[in-house]
Amino acid sequence: MNIQELYQKTDAILERCGKEERSMIAVLQAVQEEYSYLPREVFPYLSKQMGLSEAHIYGVATFYENFSLEPKGKYVIKVCDGTACHVRKSIPILEKLRSELKLADGKNTTDDLLFTVETVSCLGACGLAPALTVNGKVHPTMTPEKAVELIETLRRENA
Amino acid sequence: MIKTREEMKSLREACIRAAKSETRKILVCAGTGCVSGGSLDIYAALKEKMEACGIKCEVELAMDPHEDVVGLKKSGCHGFCEMGPLVRIEPYGWLYTKVKLADVDEIVEKTMAKGEIVERLAYRQNGKIYQKQDEIPFYQKQTRKVLEHCGHIDADSIHEYIAIGGYEAFEKALFEMTGEDIIKSISDSGLRGRGGGGFPAGKKWSQVARQKSLPKYVVCNGDEGDPGAFMDRSIMEGDPHRMLEGMMIAGIAVGASEGYIYVRAEYPMAVSRLQNAIKQATEMGLLGENILGSGFNFTIHINQGAGAFVCGEGSALTASIEGKRGMPRVKPPRTVEHGLFNQPTVLNNVETFANVASIVKFGAENYRKIGTETSPGTKAFALTGNIVNTGLIEVPMGTTLREVIFDIGGGMRDGGQFKAVQIGGPSGGCLTSAELDLPLDFDSLKKVGAMIGSGGLVVMDDKTCMVEVARFFMNFTQNESCGKCVPCREGTKRMLEILERIVAGNGREGDIELLLELADTITNTALCGLGKTAAGPVVSTIKYFRDEYEAHIRDKRCPAGACSKLKRIMIDPDLCRGCSKCSRGCPVGAISGVIKSPFVIDQDKCIKCGACVSTCPFHAIKEV
Repeated sequence: MNIQELYQKTDAILERCGKEERSMIAVLQAVQEEYSYLPREVFPYLSKQMGLSEAHIYGVATFYENFSLEPKGKYVIKVCDGTACHVRKSIPILEKLRSELKLADGKNTTDDLLFTVETVSCLGACGLAPALTVNGKVHPTMTPEKAVELIETLRRENA
Repeated sequence: MIKTREEMKSLREACIRAAKSETRKILVCAGTGCVSGGSLDIYAALKEKMEACGIKCEVELAMDPHEDVVGLKKSGCHGFCEMGPLVRIEPYGWLYTKVKLADVDEIVEKTMAKGEIVERLAYRQNGKIYQKQDEIPFYQKQTRKVLEHCGHIDADSIHEYIAIGGYEAFEKALFEMTGEDIIKSISDSGLRGRGGGGFPAGKKWSQVARQKSLPKYVVCNGDEGDPGAFMDRSIMEGDPHRMLEGMMIAGIAVGASEGYIYVRAEYPMAVSRLQNAIKQATEMGLLGENILGSGFNFTIHINQGAGAFVCGEGSALTASIEGKRGMPRVKPPRTVEHGLFNQPTVLNNVETFANVASIVKFGAENYRKIGTETSPGTKAFALTGNIVNTGLIEVPMGTTLREVIFDIGGGMRDGGQFKAVQIGGPSGGCLTSAELDLPLDFDSLKKVGAMIGSGGLVVMDDKTCMVEVARFFMNFTQNESCGKCVPCREGTKRMLEILERIVAGNGREGDIELLLELADTITNTALCGLGKTAAGPVVSTIKYFRDEYEAHIRDKRCPAGACSKLKRIMIDPDLCRGCSKCSRGCPVGAISGVIKSPFVIDQDKCIKCGACVSTCPFHAIKEV
């Protein structure tokens, strides 16, 4: 982790979003967008710059589902397990992805930092159930087989 | 920048003129659903092909007078996501479904050059072809008011919104009405909050208007977290200005000059459309200071959520905008007194604000013509699950479930039998075939222990296990419990544990009673709406499907055949001819027997993969 670079980027973010408490979530989102996760070194720095305790900022970061304190893979796959996707069998897709990538509940990212697989409560794409997203792009009406094909395509793209 | 009402009037005339010069239009759906089906590629290909064919097309309303052109637009969601990508052709009202890139040439050559329909792209149902969108049964039975523009205008164009009468209500509110007039109109209309509770919007607004403390805020709840619901997403994506207009009118009514929209981070397209809409309105002078010379100031900010369902609760939502953890607080004081930044706040959801402009414009009396006495107007529902036509629909309040599921939804898919419908998401309850003729409105549903919620309708067939459904919702609520109050934090955990052991075949005698007792305690003692309603799905599934719970607990059997841990695969000895095909295909060697005698499955070895079921030539192997 290049600390100076982190500070510089964080300064630019604070400049853009503001240093008040009300900007907290936007600031954390911007940092995460930059690094794909929240590096732990950012907390003391934000605490100093925003005038809030480190515990308070850490509390906000860990409260919201979307913030991650661990680095994520290049491709973040979110399997929707909302009601509509669930009744149209989204869990077999999740299980297939996990077995294909040797992941499990609690281990969401592959060791080569290529894939992260997580579930999301609802993408609001219920008409396309079961759905998943790869870095935000929705893939509709998935099956376990299509999910495996998707992984292979992404691997090829990255080769 | 428009500075007076007169300038606004001439701009509106220019917009109408420009819209009229687009004698023909192609509207490509750019909602989340169709985009994932490749609609943006289709849009680009249409543009390229039309230019190659020498057909003059315009992607934005050209405001200067000019000759007739073909408009090529990206519209918002039509709601018929199942049939996407969708392309609508004006002025004919044709709807092309499941359009592919390969269809682009034909659409341009036939439809745009000659005005002929490409019939194979029209919607078909039971052998009948429906050329026009309005004639399709899915649309015919709907009453689209809030969603009237979704799919029919370019969501990214303020000019198009103005051309169809947008911001007229805002103008009327600004120059012809006082705050009290607006509130009276909203109260008389009987508009009730569409976010779940059904609290009268006029009453809420008047309570905020009465507060002396300044500043006041208008907050729009776009944190549509109910799994299985996407009404608000479609409004924000398809008709963002309509929602802004509603918020601006609320601002005039209560004397607020700042508005906040809280949108889920899972809705990136809604965020970008809203950002664009706010930018356009600000540049035009409809947002900002001294709007149209009236002296009224109003600005709108967007706050993105970060993935916490509990932020749909009012006090948690305002805490989140303030940059804190989204935890609810004890009420009173209520949001109308101490809301955002501890100031008086009008907090309504997206659909509620989307209803405001038409009430102000056409009057309360007109609004009450649709819907029921105590629940006037329409309601948008997200219709999903094991049903033929999934999508976003809008019907008058009081429409029956039967009409929604069978007339609009087209009935059950894959030949399934209707079993239940979950309404109101994780806070709601299920309804069975006995309630199919129940009118969908706030009060009728409350009577049977369900709620409209934000409007998710998940239809379930006979292969859906209701205990598993209850476990699913409890798992969701447990994950989303913020942990502040004990009943919700601990109680939902215990309920989930019990449900998990029941579906795993380890249920005990007395578990049902224990679930009901916990449900009663949590409902009565939890701090916020999330906890108070958390037990809803469990209580209602026990009420209607107690026998399923009992089958899981006593007989270790799942009547729907859905719980894999309780599933058994059996060979019917009367049908089995002893061909050994199944045992050769079994990946774990669980099937054995003597040729020409019935084979048997060793249940301890069987992994329930089902491979044998499909290979048996005599259909002797079944899941039970």
